Amino acid sequence: MSPAQHINAALRRLPAWLFYLVAVLPPAWLFWQAVSGGLGADPVKGLELRIGKLGLQVLVASLAITPLRRFTGVSLIRFRRAISLIGFAYIFLHLLVWLLLDVQIASQIWADILKRPYITIGMGAFVLMLPLAATSNGLSLRRLGAARWRALHRLTYPALALAGVHYVMVGKVWRPEALAWLAGVLLLLAFRLPLAKWRARFAPGAS
Amino acid sequence: MVERCEETDDMAFRSDLKYSDVTPKADYLNRRQIMAAAGGAALGAIAGPALAASPYDTDLAPNTLEDITSYNNFYEFGTSKSDPARYAGALTTDPWSVRIDGLVERPGTYDLADLLKGMDIEERIYRFRCVEAWSMVVPWNGFQLSQLLEKVGVQSGAKYVYFETLVRPEEMPGQKRRLLDWPYREGLRLDEAMNPLTLIATGLYGEVLPNQNGAPLRLVVPWKYGFKSIKSIVRISLTDKQPPTTWNMQNPREYGFYSNVNPQVDHPRWSQATERRIGGGLFSRRQETLMFNGYGEWVADLYKGMDLAKYF
Ligand code: HEM
Repeated sequence: MSPAQHINAALRRLPAWLFYLVAVLPPAWLFWQAVSGGLGADPVKGLELRIGKLGLQVLVASLAITPLRRFTGVSLIRFRRAISLIGFAYIFLHLLVWLLLDVQIASQIWADILKRPYITIGMGAFVLMLPLAATSNGLSLRRLGAARWRALHRLTYPALALAGVHYVMVGKVWRPEALAWLAGVLLLLAFRLPLAKWRARFAPGAS
Repeated sequence: MVERCEETDDMAFRSDLKYSDVTPKADYLNRRQIMAAAGGAALGAIAGPALAASPYDTDLAPNTLEDITSYNNFYEFGTSKSDPARYAGALTTDPWSVRIDGLVERPGTYDLADLLKGMDIEERIYRFRCVEAWSMVVPWNGFQLSQLLEKVGVQSGAKYVYFETLVRPEEMPGQKRRLLDWPYREGLRLDEAMNPLTLIATGLYGEVLPNQNGAPLRLVVPWKYGFKSIKSIVRISLTDKQPPTTWNMQNPREYGFYSNVNPQVDHPRWSQATERRIGGGLFSRRQETLMFNGYGEWVADLYKGMDLAKYF
């Protein structure tokens, strides 16, 4: 067996529910830190930024699953739904921190969503992910049929592009780190482009 | 101090925090209290590192030294709030000199010690309002900028004061990248600079100013958003034209030359109607932002007749 096959064999023994279980730990830890002073002078901002970052990292990981298989043969496809839903849940928490702990004032929430471009874009990304989260179950897949379901789930791509743009826009200056994440997202999206020849060259044997 | 803290409900959360928790200078606290008790004595500025209560002090309880020195915007050291505390230790602040030029009687490159000679260092407990809609209360030590300007002599044609921060990428890692157009630049109208509230800070909590807060000399203009309070100053220039200022150069639509704290004029990124007081923990409520950050009594006249939505 190739190393990739060894890894895949090991992965087959992992149940998906383990991902959900482990996923509870980072936000729980962050929340505890925020309450107990571990996130510094401004725990509201600290929590908001960290959980946003965490969500982005997990969503980017979900986007990397297909290219990972193409280039290395290691397949995490079986966990893609879990990873994506976890990423979505983190972003939902990011949004809740913003609503409940940061802005707080109901009348200001709408104003901010409409008036502040970086919020508008982040909200756009979140809204695009809603139908994906809602249909990430076997029943929806059967109801929609594989083709339509897959077409719907291509919304991931614009959602993540917007998320990357949101991160860049959050900065008051061009932050190299945010630009690197946006570049990473765009690169992962570029792998989806239907460039048959290019694919064939880089991944002989892959689907 | 404890009574002070409890005066305001919203500050009750920190009524357990006293100066003595964050600074070893218990005697310094006592001295302040004695002077306050002596009534009028509090008004006079005392030469040297005097610690008389100032009529400009806010009644709010200051943030802890930990808060004030760990949560900073100082892009010369990086864009994260924790970068300055992490990296500013490497900054050499001695020797330090300040070039004072332009429309002044006695231009020159002043060594820090010469510059400080004769300046009356006072304590001023000021509110500090960041454009990012958070705020702190900071017990600065420093002298009035007006005193320095009088010392170097302002020529009659001068209308503005221009400031520059040190450029030293070897010690300021943020400057290795072009995050902003270095050097950091700021400016004030001359009457703003001469206002008694306008301070050049040299210390914090009765101690030497920490590097991350802008050692050895920084401006403090408490009725303006924090970014106007330029740090680690190496040049002061008097001009007859409005000088360029860093954030205005970076994004003129978002940051104006004046940048007075104004809850009615929204910033494209942040509503300025409310602020989060740092130190209140995860569940602290937002508070209303005050016009001119509560310093209108002393500064509103400077802007009489001006459209503050236009000159934001
Ligand atoms: C897919 C959706 C989203 C992703 C991946 C995401 C990710 C991020 C990231 C990575 C940051 C910056 C972290 C840092 O600077 O270290 C951030 C900041 C932020 N995000 Fe999001 N976000 C998303 C959606 C939203 C939504 C829906 C909202 C609110 C409606 C929002 C509001 C904010 C705010 C207020 C900040 C902080 C801005 C500041 O520095 O003050 N985000 N987000």
